Amino acid sequence: MSDARPKIRLRNLHKSFGDKVVLNGVDLDVGVGESVVVIGGSGTGKSVMIKCILALLPVSGGSIQVDGEEVVGIGSKDRERINRKFGMLFQGSALFDSLPVWENVAFGLLAEKRVSRSEARDVAVGKLAQVGLTPEVGDLSPAELSGGMQKRVALARAIAADPEIIFFDEPTTGLDPIMADVINDLIVKITREMGATALSITHDLASARKIAHRIAMLYEGKIIWVGPTADIDDSGNPYVDQFIHGRAVGPIKMAIRA
Amino acid sequence: MLSLNAMNVLQPIGRIFLAFLATVGRLSMFTGSALSHCVRPPFYPRIIGRQMVEIGFFSLPVVGLTAIFAGMVLALQSYTGFARFSAEGAIANVVVLSITRELGPVLAGLMVAGRVGAAMAAEIGTMRVTEQIDALTTLSTNPMKYLVAPRLIAGLTMMPILVFIADIIGVFGGYVVGVYKLGFNAANYLQRTYDFLEAEDVISGLVKASVFGFIITLMGCYHGYHSKGGAQGVGTATTYAVVSASILILSSDYILTELFFAK
Ligand SMILES: Nc1ncnc2c1ncn2[C@@H]1O[C@H](COP(=O)(O)OP(=O)(O)O)[C@@H](O)[C@H]1O
Ligand SMILES: [Mg+2]
Repeated sequence: MSDARPKIRLRNLHKSFGDKVVLNGVDLDVGVGESVVVIGGSGTGKSVMIKCILALLPVSGGSIQVDGEEVVGIGSKDRERINRKFGMLFQGSALFDSLPVWENVAFGLLAEKRVSRSEARDVAVGKLAQVGLTPEVGDLSPAELSGGMQKRVALARAIAADPEIIFFDEPTTGLDPIMADVINDLIVKITREMGATALSITHDLASARKIAHRIAMLYEGKIIWVGPTADIDDSGNPYVDQFIHGRAVGPIKMAIRA
Repeated sequence: MLSLNAMNVLQPIGRIFLAFLATVGRLSMFTGSALSHCVRPPFYPRIIGRQMVEIGFFSLPVVGLTAIFAGMVLALQSYTGFARFSAEGAIANVVVLSITRELGPVLAGLMVAGRVGAAMAAEIGTMRVTEQIDALTTLSTNPMKYLVAPRLIAGLTMMPILVFIADIIGVFGGYVVGVYKLGFNAANYLQRTYDFLEAEDVISGLVKASVFGFIITLMGCYHGYHSKGGAQGVGTATTYAVVSASILILSSDYILTELFFAK
């Protein structure tokens, strides 16, 4: 993995909102087929980091490379091409509540006109099966589903277009521990089956241990530690130690304002 | 000391002015981008159709009710006034001109702003705060094209149709009061309604309607699109959408009237 060029490479990534600095020089590599999990407290800018990679937010400075190609400041045609490599599971699932489940899953395929509506439906049913949902679920509206089911549908939607890189934004937050573990297993299974590269963010350590090859910790706008998942318990980094043991006392200062 | 006081006064004024300029700039860019997406493919006929039904069909009851009462009250009020100089005969003309040129589009515009503009801001605002708009982008769909353009197209095209129907209902309201309450001869009343009506009266009203339709949907989409901060932000967006659309309708109404007046 060290010799091949990384799937995603972030260098000195900066992002501010007005005079509020959120990302202050993030450096991170995600190798091909690798699963990297970024941990960090709430409001440290984990979601912002992913949204910068997806160009949902404009970056304030630095470099983002995908497959060795610089993607900061590219035109909209190139951006469309790059974004086709990506699938994204949003924190709150972000399902379209005006559409039935199957159209949610097949949305990207229909938008790119890769398939007809009837083919799209078949693909959607297949993807739903991959996340353990029956075809009947396809006709329900997202609002009729429980949070765990919504997460599964969102996962099916994220993988529907067979992306090379999948982003998971707090995939287990708000789920009960059993459902959280089901989602973790699905993420591991699906990324392995697809051979996809995964970049996840979470503050759920059990989840991170389960899905990550490598873990990175984001604190005060920088990656302060990165290492193999097995090393997380003896990182020798006081910030990481405080975070994984959930101690109130330690070097990490809690931000009062979000 | 004096200069310090002057600073204290000038600072907030400057800040408000800058915020105003920023808003105007953002709105202009939003409008330009939305319009350009209205004319460039891909189009979303299903969504345009759904929005057209929402604006044109489901607004009919409120707009119809507003129009009929406006027509009725107009007949009654103008009778009170006109009887004082024995010009009762002109009531039919007054009703039809007021409705087609002015009250039809303005009242329909205000009602639709409250109904449709608010709903649009709430829907798009919810999609913003629940990241559904971000999700659209990641699924190869431009949210301006998918959410905003269809609504603008539906607003531009359906409002004139809605107002045309409202015109007919409003004139009918005036007719009912004129004939059944004020005792005009039915044929006579209708005759006077037609005789003095010119195509320009109706057309100017329909042009206004189209502009109002644009304003309503633009404000609904703009405020929804830029809402932030959860449920409260969506509520604020909804209020702004209705208030700004109403003010813009009334002020652009004057400008449009003057443009038509000059002819
Ligand atoms: N669109 C935005 N405008 C202004 N501030 C934002 C925006 N998005 C996020 N932020 C701020 O950036 C910080 C990081 O947010 P986020 O990335 O969502 O945190 P988390 O690590 O919990 O995912 C927060 O303080 C948040 O208030
Ligand atoms: Mg987050």
